[in-house]
Amino acid sequence: MSWIDIGHIDDIPLHGARVVKTPGGCVGLFRTGPQQVFAASDRCPHKGGPLSEGIVHGHSVTCPLHNWVFDLNTGQALGADEGRIETYPLRVEAGRLLIDGTAIGKRSAA
Amino acid sequence: MTQKLVIIGAGMASGRVIEHLLDADPGAYDITLFNAEPRGNYNRIMLSPVLSGEKTYEEIVTHSDAWYAERGITCRFGEHVVKIDPEMKVVEGENGHVPYDKLVIATGSAPFIIPVPGHDLPGVISYRDLDDTNAMIEAAAKGGKAVVIGGGLLGLEAAAGLKERGMEVTVLHLMGHLMERQLDEAAGYLLRKDLEARGITVKTQASTKAILGEDRARAVLLDSGETLGADLVVMAVGIRPETRLATDAHLDVARGIEVNAQMQTSHPDIYAVGECVEFDGHLFGLVAPLYDQAKVLADSLLDQPNAFVVKELATKLKVTGCDLFSAGDFAEGETRDDIVFRDPARGIYKRLVIEEDRLVGAVMYGDTADGSWFFGLIKDGTDIEEMRETLIFGPAFQGGASADPLSAVAALPPEAEICGCNGVCKGQITSAIERGATDLGAIRATTKASASCGTCTGLVEQLLAVTLGDGYAAPQAQPICGCTHHTHEDVRRLIKSQELKSQAAVWQELGWTTANGCHICRPAVNYYLLADWPLEYQDDPQSRFVNERKHANIQKDGTFSVVPRMWGGITTPDELRAIADAADKYDVPTVKVTGGQRIDLLGVRGEDLPGIWSDLNRAGLVSGHAYSKGLRTVKTCVGTDHCRFGTQDSTGLGIKLEKHLWGSWTPHKLKLAVSGCPRNCAEATCKDIGVICVDSGYEIHVGGAAGMEIKGTELLCKVATEEEAIEVISAMTQIYRENAKYLDRIYKWLAKVGLDWVKTQIVDDLENRKALAARFELSQSVYRKDPWAEHAQDRTTRAQYAPLANLTLEAAE
Ligand SMILES: Cc1cc2nc3c(=O)[nH]c(=O)nc-3n(C[C@H](O)[C@H](O)[C@H](O)COP(=O)(O)OP(=O)(O)OC[C@H]3O[C@@H](n4cnc5c(N)ncnc54)[C@H](O)[C@@H]3O)c2cc1C
Ligand code: SF4
Ligand code: FES
Repeated sequence: MSWIDIGHIDDIPLHGARVVKTPGGCVGLFRTGPQQVFAASDRCPHKGGPLSEGIVHGHSVTCPLHNWVFDLNTGQALGADEGRIETYPLRVEAGRLLIDGTAIGKRSAA
Repeated sequence: MTQKLVIIGAGMASGRVIEHLLDADPGAYDITLFNAEPRGNYNRIMLSPVLSGEKTYEEIVTHSDAWYAERGITCRFGEHVVKIDPEMKVVEGENGHVPYDKLVIATGSAPFIIPVPGHDLPGVISYRDLDDTNAMIEAAAKGGKAVVIGGGLLGLEAAAGLKERGMEVTVLHLMGHLMERQLDEAAGYLLRKDLEARGITVKTQASTKAILGEDRARAVLLDSGETLGADLVVMAVGIRPETRLATDAHLDVARGIEVNAQMQTSHPDIYAVGECVEFDGHLFGLVAPLYDQAKVLADSLLDQPNAFVVKELATKLKVTGCDLFSAGDFAEGETRDDIVFRDPARGIYKRLVIEEDRLVGAVMYGDTADGSWFFGLIKDGTDIEEMRETLIFGPAFQGGASADPLSAVAALPPEAEICGCNGVCKGQITSAIERGATDLGAIRATTKASASCGTCTGLVEQLLAVTLGDGYAAPQAQPICGCTHHTHEDVRRLIKSQELKSQAAVWQELGWTTANGCHICRPAVNYYLLADWPLEYQDDPQSRFVNERKHANIQKDGTFSVVPRMWGGITTPDELRAIADAADKYDVPTVKVTGGQRIDLLGVRGEDLPGIWSDLNRAGLVSGHAYSKGLRTVKTCVGTDHCRFGTQDSTGLGIKLEKHLWGSWTPHKLKLAVSGCPRNCAEATCKDIGVICVDSGYEIHVGGAAGMEIKGTELLCKVATEEEAIEVISAMTQIYRENAKYLDRIYKWLAKVGLDWVKTQIVDDLENRKALAARFELSQSVYRKDPWAEHAQDRTTRAQYAPLANLTLEAAE
């Protein structure tokens, strides 16, 4: 793993999200708690909705286009919908956000 | 030969080291102990009970002078060590040198002082040692006001102690809720409530700008411009490891003095222990790990193999009456689940965080009796799959009968209280049921049970079910969503009656089953709070659908549409030019005229929004709120200005109305129109509110619809002047804002309450009409403003529109 510093946790509003551009597309960073952030694909598997624009609640995000809900722990769509988004290792250290560069790199190679 | 051991710092960590060392081998070392404080070791964590007066200093001393003397320890108390010379193996105290064979640095940490102007004035105290505590006790004896900066463990203990000693105390905290490192929002909310109940003022999101005063601290100035009088200022914003000696001696120092698992620094004869160290990236601020370190260090000094490992920690706050517990890690993770339990009536909140069938974190407030049991599960990594269903109820429930709520209610004795607000017990309710009250409404009417705060509604329903068996049909009222059993109407009512002014208050007091709601309930609750408490509640953008958060309409490809306001549908060549220029500059693919008499720029990239807004702002154009559940447009016809049929200045009134109403949030979108005569060219009779001008004045119509449903308006009233028309429409908007369910347009809401009721409120009752209009105006004092300008001009908000980072370049290398 190679950890890349992508910013400070307070750059993301609580219960909000931002994106990071990667060669393989946008990765959403979802701040689910004061010290908790998840990284996952920003693209909804339904019709490509930008998940970082959705409402973040509990450990989930709701797609802004048609309300599919994804569990950020697993990437799995919840409820009746079927689909999954990629999730990426992310660490919060002394407020800095570190994303696993290898995982994102892999994605770009695929 | 006895070796010479020098220890710098007689604190809680080194105290333990000495005890272990002497227990294992009293003759191994000849010990010299330096301490900057003019005393030996005392139980620092008990300073708070000393501050509050529950204990005396004598009661918290752990190692007396006699203790050291009996063990032949050379004490140099009240003497700072100023230098370490690793080459010569000598430490330099203020009163002379001491050579060592082995050295232990145990200097603890120093309070962090925010370097604001005035931080060094007399009357500003940090909270670390006995002298600080005595200084606070002395200051409190004179009474007056204390401001505590920092709402963490230390700050709150200081605040509670000072309050106990009779000061008027305000706590300032930078973050959104107290103790945010240990608590989540819900527990933070309960803690705040308890502190406020004992008379402590709490201000969150409060950033200190300066401490004011000439000869001593007199006041604290906040970033917001507010000034708080202060006779005493306590700074408790955090600590940083005391590493200066180590840095000067060229040991490896990161945030703390770096040690290996044997507590050895980068220099083989020098060890470090306690809050001054950093191990494997971790710093330490609680005594439990320091005690583990002390044991390891004693073994290392005696050449016994041992290794320090970082363990989970639990926190408790030592403020009597504030029962909280937090353990493990509920903050970061990949694959986690929450179990939440709330008992609003008793102020209890518990949350467990589970990862792969193990408990990894727990936060509790109000009832922490099971804390140590949960902490044990966390530390041991126990597999909890089997007991997951009942885990939150604690050890008493494990292995017992499954908790069936109905049988629990059935088992209650008749004198068990069901409704706490109205003091109604189970017996009264069952006898009411037997006398024919067979639904919730009837129970409320006959016994008052569940008629106040409503939190016992579930219990009353269960009682109905138990008593009537199959004869009971559960009520039809739909809860807002899966997070709650309350309906929209209940939540609106309870927010008002219980004066709930934050989301955390709603989640807790109304027993939400999720941590912070979902995409269905959160926007609704956010709206209800801002509608009811316009001054106290701050709108939460993260609880809004993207369109309202980003002040533009999201399109199916993720781009946005931008619609500037055209007051009453009137524009100018300059405005049109600015729109055209913006369309060119930002490559807007589609420019369209909307049904609401304005121009839509479709296909703008999210990142470009602040830029295009700035450009449009420069030409005087503001947000058209084409995206909001709030006022959209006021459509007008040309009226008397140009039309030969016109009876009044319909365009002028439309513009006035739009300027009056713009920016307001409503349960759903709000569209208006003003037509200059009954020919109705502005189509006013299918709007939420429409005005038809006639010779004798203005007819105000309400409740039209022209969307999925089509419906003509009904006449609310007729008034003679523009002023009255504006007042009636303000009152109409406000009564709708205060009463309707989120996402009900006016016509839907009218179908529930009836037009007649609205007429009694705002047509017949003039005083009420004025009061409603005044409340609308109060809310508009906050919301009548251009969100585009605000977002484009504020640097932090503006930054939210751009990606946090761009890794495409780096990865391409
Ligand atoms: C008010 C308060 C309440 C607390 N409550 C809790 C609690 O409830 N639970 C909990 O687990 N922890 C609590 N803590 C934290 C706990 O007290 C510390 O973690 C612990 O005391 C750290 O021990 P230490 O030996 O590393 O440092 P200290 O106990 O701070 O000892 C360091 C000593 O080194 C001396 N020193 C520093 N530099 C020099 C020098 N150059 N020369 C000579 N001497 C020097 C200092 O004067 C000090 O006496 C509390 C702390 C405070 C202040
Ligand atoms: S509504 Fe009446 S006043 Fe207005 S444009 Fe039509 S005909 Fe003229
Ligand atoms: S694109 Fe996400 S739900 Fe349809």
